[in-house]
Amino acid sequence: MLAFIIRRLAQSVLVMLFVALIAFVIFRYVGDPIASMVGVETRLEDQEIMRDRLGLNDPAVIQFLRFVGNAMQGEFGISYRLQQPVTELILSRLPATIELAFASAMIALVFGVVLGVFTALKPKSLLSGAVMSASLIGVSLPTFLIGIGLIYIFSVELGWLPSFGRGEVVDLGWWRTGLLTETGLKSLILPAITLSLFQLTLIMRLVRAEMLEVLRTEYIRFARARGLTQRAINFGHALKNTLVPVITITGLQLGSVIAFAIVTETVFQWPGVGSLFITSVQVVDVPVMAAYLMFIALVFVLINLVVDILYFVVDPRLRVDGGSSGK
Amino acid sequence: MKTVIAGLGAALLSTTMLVTSVSAETIRWARGSDALTLDPHSQNQGVTHNFAHHIYETLVDRDVEGTLQPRLALSWEIKADDPTVWVFKLREGVTFHDGAAFTAEDVVFSLDRARSEKSNMRQLHVDVDSVTAVDDLTVEVKMKGPSPLYVNNLTNTFMMDKTWSETNNVVEVQDYAAGEDNYAVRNTNGTGPYKLVSREVDVRSVMAVNDDHWAENKPAVTEIIYLPISDAATRVAALLSGEVDIVQDVPVQDIERLTGTDGIKVETGPENRVIYFGYKFGDAPLKTSNVTEGNPFNNPLVREAMELAVDRDAIKQVVMRGQSVPTGVANPPFVAGWTPELDAYPAVDLDRARELLAEAGYPDGFTVTLDTPNNRYVNDEAISQAVVGMLGRIGIQVTLASRPVAQHSPLVTSNETDFYLLGWGVPTFDSAYVFNDLVHTKDGSYGAYNGGLYSNPELDEKIRSLGTETDLAKRDATVAEIWQVVKEDRVLLPIHNQVLAYAMADRITLPVHPENQPLLTSVTFAD
Repeated sequence: MLAFIIRRLAQSVLVMLFVALIAFVIFRYVGDPIASMVGVETRLEDQEIMRDRLGLNDPAVIQFLRFVGNAMQGEFGISYRLQQPVTELILSRLPATIELAFASAMIALVFGVVLGVFTALKPKSLLSGAVMSASLIGVSLPTFLIGIGLIYIFSVELGWLPSFGRGEVVDLGWWRTGLLTETGLKSLILPAITLSLFQLTLIMRLVRAEMLEVLRTEYIRFARARGLTQRAINFGHALKNTLVPVITITGLQLGSVIAFAIVTETVFQWPGVGSLFITSVQVVDVPVMAAYLMFIALVFVLINLVVDILYFVVDPRLRVDGGSSGK
Repeated sequence: MKTVIAGLGAALLSTTMLVTSVSAETIRWARGSDALTLDPHSQNQGVTHNFAHHIYETLVDRDVEGTLQPRLALSWEIKADDPTVWVFKLREGVTFHDGAAFTAEDVVFSLDRARSEKSNMRQLHVDVDSVTAVDDLTVEVKMKGPSPLYVNNLTNTFMMDKTWSETNNVVEVQDYAAGEDNYAVRNTNGTGPYKLVSREVDVRSVMAVNDDHWAENKPAVTEIIYLPISDAATRVAALLSGEVDIVQDVPVQDIERLTGTDGIKVETGPENRVIYFGYKFGDAPLKTSNVTEGNPFNNPLVREAMELAVDRDAIKQVVMRGQSVPTGVANPPFVAGWTPELDAYPAVDLDRARELLAEAGYPDGFTVTLDTPNNRYVNDEAISQAVVGMLGRIGIQVTLASRPVAQHSPLVTSNETDFYLLGWGVPTFDSAYVFNDLVHTKDGSYGAYNGGLYSNPELDEKIRSLGTETDLAKRDATVAEIWQVVKEDRVLLPIHNQVLAYAMADRITLPVHPENQPLLTSVTFAD
């Protein structure tokens, strides 16, 4: 068990190093950060002074080693754009993204499961057909279009919900939450729906397929033969057995939700790490871009690590393999 | 709707209760991006300056006509017996937000800070030799040589309090390499009409009116909520839904629709920024052309043909939807040295253009790559696309290479482009600023954005003389001579001056500022 975990951890470190390398290489060549920092009217000699001060004239290897060394201490330097420590910037933006990601994951899970079960149980009903067709739109329309569409309907035309921002926030220590105020909750609705649509469709289709599969199995037929109520069969037996893959997928998708929040956050001016990243890309704010990439990589690596370890705990076959190779 | 009612209610209440006082008005002001920093000397960038102008003040600034006007300095002049010394008389009775008095010592401190090595405002003060306080309200700035136009460089150099800066250890400007942030990046102590109440970077900043401000007319806007909204469609939607009152960065394609929307109006006006194309000069063959012997752009006939082929009016109508001022000179109308004669541009004449090309030895045209930015100026990439089509009509096959400004700008400064689009703003409102960077041979601090390496020694000499010429009539004559050559030689291919558009709720009026730096103190309300 320990050997397995250590091996997984070592692999994770390797992945992180590799991501660091990619982040570093890409960002070294995305353009001249000085050019976007100072605007076109700054004299070239002043630009040269800045370049020197930022260490951009050092050899690439030195710059990379410095980057990794600092990254390991959670130190990503000062944002070129905002002149504030990057780690602090990301941490201050993180609560907004996490709240948005969890809210949309909840919407996706609840509605996905409910609609999935419904379409599986009543495959021939008109409503099921409508839901299935609508779900196609959910998958195929780009997020920003959905976002803008929702803004025009619910903010501009109806005036029910705010079109941008996070509303009023409450400071709970270092966590700044929007969940405790009315405007905060109202502001959350549109972005959370926008972000959840893709996952919702995914979960719904997964639940439906799994459900249809399970409903055909022997034990469901047997349960029917036993004379159990329809309700007990559908929810007590069938649904329970479909949920294992659903939970796995949802867990893994949580990483994607955080990563893909970029577009949604930009459309709704949601002050999370995603919109921070986009603004940083526009002005080639390398420290923030690098830190964000490393952060997303870390999220994925951690989630996968947890899933791997869970599998190991759940699935005895893995344990045997791990044990034998550990000898 | 709710906010409108609340606003109306508040306005009614205050008018009935305090007859003498101006009603309290909050303005929610949306822009495409946030101020980068609150440190007034660490970024020479328009959005940052615009924000800072509300909290900090400069010695002089410009009104909406572009005219220089007194702010913290009441007068400025060159010392009678020494042309290298500028004398500034300061406004009396000005206090900083923390109550400290504003004196000549603060000006000395601020100018020294602004020209220190880590300051991003340094370039504007390179000719300063020393700054001294003569008495509490008089400052002398000694220049390295006669600098008759130095005062133009002061419109974005803000005054800080010396004592406050020393107490909070911000005597030096933010140093990126040091790895720590400076107190002045997040805290302010200015003399301006508004005080900073709160600030959350990229989210919202709140400013409240400074009751102790020196201006006699108190601003109608008593509270400013500054909201950066990066997505253009969301920004416009926020105005339509009444969640913001003013949108400063309005996308060109939305102007018409917003103008037609009830309860919303759009103010437009020319910006002090010209959009132009630059050519590579010199005899060496172009890197991206099929002409392998000689450089077609070096031939004046080719440049004339290209000017005749480019339809500026069509660009205005189709690409800019009417929101641009076509021009025949790379000098915005606000800038000293501009004349209507220079501004005139030739009518499109394709036959003549083809003749000229044939005469130049390119009857079948040639190929070349045009480098364009795609996120810097209004519709920059679309303008370039239009020009590609227009040049195609006379046989010049142009390939478009479009890049974000972060990658485009280095191409120009390192002379790696054959043909490029660039925009040029003139913060000093003086032609020398254009000549120094775009026309003078690339040499040291001159010609930084002369990416085509145009070189004319005769002009260079005249340009350099502008820096120290104290006889203003003579100087104006020299400026006119230089422009004449630049225009006749077709050194640059100017297209138009940009137009700014601000959209706002009907009851508000915010006039367009030529440098896109409107002060919300200039907002008026309709009754």
